[in-house]
Amino acid sequence: MRLLTHNMLSSNIKGVEKGFPLRIEAEKVVEKPVEMNADFLRKMFEKVEWKAFVEASRSMGYAQLPEEVDSGMLESDEFLSRFHHALLELHLEEGALVCPETGRRFPVNKGIPNMLLHEDEV
Amino acid sequence: MKLKQLEGLLGGLDQFPNPKVELEQYPTGPHIASRMLFTAENSFEDISNKVVADFGCGCGTLGVAAALLTLIRHVLSIDIDPESLEIASLNAEELEVDMDFIQSNVMDLRWRGSTSLEVKYGILHLLNGDIWGQVYTIFLVHTLGQIVDTVIMNPPFGTRKKGADLDFLNVALKVASQAVYSLHKSSTREHVKRTALRDFNACNAEVLCELRYDLPKLYKFHKKKEVDIAVDLWRFVPGKHQS
Repeated sequence: MRLLTHNMLSSNIKGVEKGFPLRIEAEKVVEKPVEMNADFLRKMFEKVEWKAFVEASRSMGYAQLPEEVDSGMLESDEFLSRFHHALLELHLEEGALVCPETGRRFPVNKGIPNMLLHEDEV
Repeated sequence: MKLKQLEGLLGGLDQFPNPKVELEQYPTGPHIASRMLFTAENSFEDISNKVVADFGCGCGTLGVAAALLTLIRHVLSIDIDPESLEIASLNAEELEVDMDFIQSNVMDLRWRGSTSLEVKYGILHLLNGDIWGQVYTIFLVHTLGQIVDTVIMNPPFGTRKKGADLDFLNVALKVASQAVYSLHKSSTREHVKRTALRDFNACNAEVLCELRYDLPKLYKFHKKKEVDIAVDLWRFVPGKHQS
């Protein structure tokens, strides 16, 4: 699971008010290089919640992203390549996503998070 | 990539070895899948440069098709069944496409920004009863982008769990910001159109074409060796999202 996906997901437990972002417990992170596309990155930049993204990438062992951003940074190759790397090349293979409000762990195995709720959580 | 080439590649995918009837697990054949994605991309540009979600992905055919058509996209495939996801994952690996998978009930999944109003660079304080607070709120709802652009799906027809086809459509129209591609039995055409426009806030509902869905005898209760069902390939456009 990549960080772009993590950035889209919120805890879905009944009654939880602020389920985003899910905290990451990383047990195994794998890097898989993919070709970079600047236009795509600029589009994704508009969608990404930056603070959660930086925090998540730190949990995955990558600390090269700036804390604060503005769209002017999209002109910089250096920034784009770091953004690309963190967004699309880091995979959480084993670990968990944790609900920030309840602490409930959603396990991640072989890169796939299990977000299925128990009966009492729906 | 040409249509025939896409269809050929999809024909090599592994499918359900032991399909679960209660989940209405039927493979989406390469003929339908290739046409669906080819049209979405070449007629409507709904795949390139987009975040694409496959709802109820099964063994992954639709998501894989999207991922093959263009390298410039993010594909996210969701299913409730871990065994299908295992196969889907292997299919993606086999064809060397990068895509993400989530195990979840599509109805229960919660997406960031769907219930709360979160501003990218700050926190919004809702000012109850204050007219300017309310105006600001409305402005934000419209400027916040929905994260998922396009939803592609071959939902259950609703033969096991009544109304499942429309439940899927309902949630797809809430999640997608640009378009929903879906397959529904041709016999339900008028009902689907009416429900999408009137109840699910779709601003457009169009049958792109009618296809034949070859269902081989998968389950013991199937009497015929093979059956041909007329299905409509739909493109829906969600209405403006409101909170």
